[in-house]
Amino acid sequence: MEWDWDFVWQIMPTLIQGVKITILATLLGSVLAAVVGLGIALARRSPNKLLSRPVGFLAEFIRGTPLLVQLYFIFYVLPDIGITLSPMVAGVIGLGLHYGTYTAEVYRAGIDNVPRGQWEAAKACNLSARQTWTQIILPQALPPMIPALANYFIAMFKETPLLSAITVLELMNQAKSVANSSYRYVEPITMVGVFFLVISLISVFALRWLERRYGRIG
Amino acid sequence: MIDWSGYLGLILQGAVVTVELTVMGSALALVMAFAAGLGRLSRFWAVRALATTYIEFFRGTSIFVQLFWAYFVLPFMGITLTPLQAGVLALGLNVGAYGAEVVRGAVQSIGREQYEACVALNLGRWQAMRHVILPQAFLLMLPTFGNNAIELLKATAVVSLISLTDMTFQAQVVRAQTGNTLVPFTTILILYFAIACVISYGMRALERRMARGLDGVRS
Repeated sequence: MEWDWDFVWQIMPTLIQGVKITILATLLGSVLAAVVGLGIALARRSPNKLLSRPVGFLAEFIRGTPLLVQLYFIFYVLPDIGITLSPMVAGVIGLGLHYGTYTAEVYRAGIDNVPRGQWEAAKACNLSARQTWTQIILPQALPPMIPALANYFIAMFKETPLLSAITVLELMNQAKSVANSSYRYVEPITMVGVFFLVISLISVFALRWLERRYGRIG
Repeated sequence: MIDWSGYLGLILQGAVVTVELTVMGSALALVMAFAAGLGRLSRFWAVRALATTYIEFFRGTSIFVQLFWAYFVLPFMGITLTPLQAGVLALGLNVGAYGAEVVRGAVQSIGREQYEACVALNLGRWQAMRHVILPQAFLLMLPTFGNNAIELLKATAVVSLISLTDMTFQAQVVRAQTGNTLVPFTTILILYFAIACVISYGMRALERRMARGLDGVRS
């Protein structure tokens, strides 16, 4: 099988369209994962066991099961109870929930890293729970978490091809449809690999910079 | 009313394939992790470069792309793999690359004085690695290896897309035949979670077993 550069340039516009969708899904998924993760982390710290226990179990469950099956679940099961989502929305929710359970652990580590004295000082200053969180704890806890969070966002980026299984027209799906119509697999699938490798390598450099800028937590 | 017993059998058959894939993939991943992890610490520049390339390549691209590449592109280059072979190969190489960094980190975290003691006792490099460094480093690797094994288990779901009849594939079959989505997908979610629990329980037991007699030695 020969490598055909003409064919590569011919399919490039289609693949670039796919890359755009891939990046969009990653960005939206990252935002959702960051929010969901914070929610889970806060809920698990709640003194109310009726809240912290079920949330903890649910997070463990989501972390222990494959993203692909969760995507199927969101995309195929939810319509049965009347919630019909577009493939893209289902995909972003799946990515966000799945990685939210990972980012929750990052938040937990970051919050645990804030020294006890800060909590005590907040109490001594008569700050309410809400003020303590928003004014004292989170501003100190968040910056060191940024590299670890970014790490998960890169991991999420590499999982986006799974969205092709629920018919999102992202990079992998575009490549597969090109491959199926021309019956040339070498170039499209290899190009997908190259795209991922290039974007991952760029993000790794960005990550190194973030680590230097914000330091890291253990 | 649908008779679920036959369909449940189908899903359990898939579960067997998933477990097989997980076990074989983990075995390959373990071998690759040690080969590449120790390769990165090699004295020879060429070995280090080779190991680094392998690790960066497999960590940089997604498992999904690697699997498709192994299954759809390799045949054009004259290597035809069955779906199971392609699955084990892709999973093993991918997770092996993550494991290699764990091996490297653990070996590097062993204190200098251990290496100095090996030199003082006139042990060769291989002897020092085999009898002094690795037994201590292995214990540090175990928890992360457990997480990696669970990651591998979750990644096996992807092989259903190259027509391997694993649990996810069978769930799709059941869904197509019965028109019911809730039951098959809930069943396999629970089964995946159960297998993940077994792995993490087994790893903790192994860690306790390996740590025996090392109290006071570990910092």
